[in-house]
Amino acid sequence: MSNKVVHALYDDDDVLLSAVKAIRSEKHHIEEVYTPFPVHGLDKALGLEDTRIAIMAFIYGCIGLSVAVAMMNFIMIEDWPQNIGGKPSFSYLENMPAFVPIMFEMTVFFAAHLMVITFYMRSKLWPFKKAENPNPLTTDDKFLVEIELHDNEKALTALLEKSGAIDVSIIEKSE
Amino acid sequence: MYTFPNKLRNLAITFMVVGFLGLAYGFITAPSTVEEAKEMVASSHGDGHGESHAAPADNHADKSAHASSESHEVASEEHAISDHAAGHGEEHNASHDEHLFHQLSNKPWAALYVAAFFFFMISLGVLAFYGIQRAAQAGWSPVLYRVMEGITGYLLPGGIIVIVILALSGMHLNHLFIWMDPEVVAHDKLIAGKTGFLNLPFFLARAVFFLTGWSLYRYFSRKFSLAQDEASDISNHKKNFRISAGFLVFYIVTESIMSWDWVMSIDPHWFSTLFGWYVFASMFVSGITAIALITIYLKSKGYLEFVNDSHIHDLGKFMFGISVFWTYLWFSQFMLIWYSNIPEEVTYFMTRIEDYNLPFFGMVVMNFIFPLLILMNSDYKRINYFIVMAGIVIILGHYMDVFNMIMPSAVGDQWFIGAAEIGGFLFFLGLFIFVVFKELTKAPLLAKGDPYMGESERFHY
Repeated sequence: MSNKVVHALYDDDDVLLSAVKAIRSEKHHIEEVYTPFPVHGLDKALGLEDTRIAIMAFIYGCIGLSVAVAMMNFIMIEDWPQNIGGKPSFSYLENMPAFVPIMFEMTVFFAAHLMVITFYMRSKLWPFKKAENPNPLTTDDKFLVEIELHDNEKALTALLEKSGAIDVSIIEKSE
Repeated sequence: MYTFPNKLRNLAITFMVVGFLGLAYGFITAPSTVEEAKEMVASSHGDGHGESHAAPADNHADKSAHASSESHEVASEEHAISDHAAGHGEEHNASHDEHLFHQLSNKPWAALYVAAFFFFMISLGVLAFYGIQRAAQAGWSPVLYRVMEGITGYLLPGGIIVIVILALSGMHLNHLFIWMDPEVVAHDKLIAGKTGFLNLPFFLARAVFFLTGWSLYRYFSRKFSLAQDEASDISNHKKNFRISAGFLVFYIVTESIMSWDWVMSIDPHWFSTLFGWYVFASMFVSGITAIALITIYLKSKGYLEFVNDSHIHDLGKFMFGISVFWTYLWFSQFMLIWYSNIPEEVTYFMTRIEDYNLPFFGMVVMNFIFPLLILMNSDYKRINYFIVMAGIVIILGHYMDVFNMIMPSAVGDQWFIGAAEIGGFLFFLGLFIFVVFKELTKAPLLAKGDPYMGESERFHY
């Protein structure tokens, strides 16, 4: 497998979008696109699968809800029942309205935090990780498309330049 | 231009006729004397509906009201007065029978009022939604403006019907609003203290003032909207923006007072500070649902070709979001009162949980759990089938919500979803369809002059 890649730099998100469509219609495989901000519609243009994080969010929310129910049942009913406002805590169900805010908050808490952690793990991001960003310009105002090379340098370079790239360079990846 | 299809017109007229017969049956079979009322309850004993007429007394037997003898006295006094049985706390038979008679004779009136208010509330909710779209200069929704304007066409006729019913109550044809009865007020310190606000002339004047204000906004907004179709500049659009911003301020104040007047004052002893919001959430979600249902209907008939599934998706998001908002308010109101357990407040929920258990909790399933689960998935919000299914349940659920707000104080435990209730719903549903679709035929379905129309037509998610 070749470890040579082409880096094409763009300076406009609309140009980038049409370039991505043109590159994909020529059956080249785009490795990655680096952008300074989320480009609307880029995921569809790249043909990426829909995110499954929504399903995980639902599952995490259910876990949070169960943890809240178990937690409040242990704290308020089993371990240390108290008489609050004339409502003795001997039954979870009869005291349930009081626990609804906690159930809600724990659902949100679990869904939000676990979703963020999932996203980081799925994106292979963790503390002290070295940035994979190949060109610091993409953190400013430029967009970079990375395409793998298979002895088709000339055709690909011509296509990229035609699609509006401001700079095309061939990089040897050191792995 | 849209033409009112004959099939739909006939359906609307059939609904009205059937509904009218149902209501008429309800009024004819309502007891006209105390003896008749006693007989009716005696003969329906044990058939499972309406429990038994001993239930109001059971209310006080609840352990929380019994926590102290003081609170029991207050609670039972509350109950006796709010159901205008003159006997203070004494549950002797004569006053109980009269109380029963009032409840049963209220029943067809309450059925009429619930349905009239519910459909009026839908068009008022849509008017608020429309005003928000105008004031926010929304880019996604202009393709739906004509549908919204069609629905708000019901505002004036529907509002007049509600005010007529309120005026008839003021003429003592029924006992929906017990504070309108000077006899009751004379024996009731709490209501007597509120007569500065709760008196008939001021009450009706407020009602007329509110309806006039809303109708004026509706009239001018519609006028500017139609004028914008042919205009060469956007001055009409700007005027619409300005009056919409003004209307929203007027609306949120008057809607709140309207909900105290028309709904909360049925229970003149009880009050809740977030009641205006609660009624607002209910009318807002029913209104948005009505927009979605009518849009999908028109689209299925080949109209509104410029509405795409992203518009339906957005309406679905609103249906989902406002359903959750409604639940938040419903629960906030419930939890604070449940927790503090103050007798004069908690009677409100005690009657609902004891006598209205199924409608009260069934409504939470219909208005919260069902739409929550059905509309949570992003893809489902783009599928008409799911929106229609969720929409019908939400509409019926919010009818139940209004039912739960009005019936317990009007008919007590004598509620029953029978000919009068179904008839009332069908009658106003027919009238609503008739007026709304009539209004839709009066203007092109695309507000083509709107400066945001291009953005709205291209709108995609």
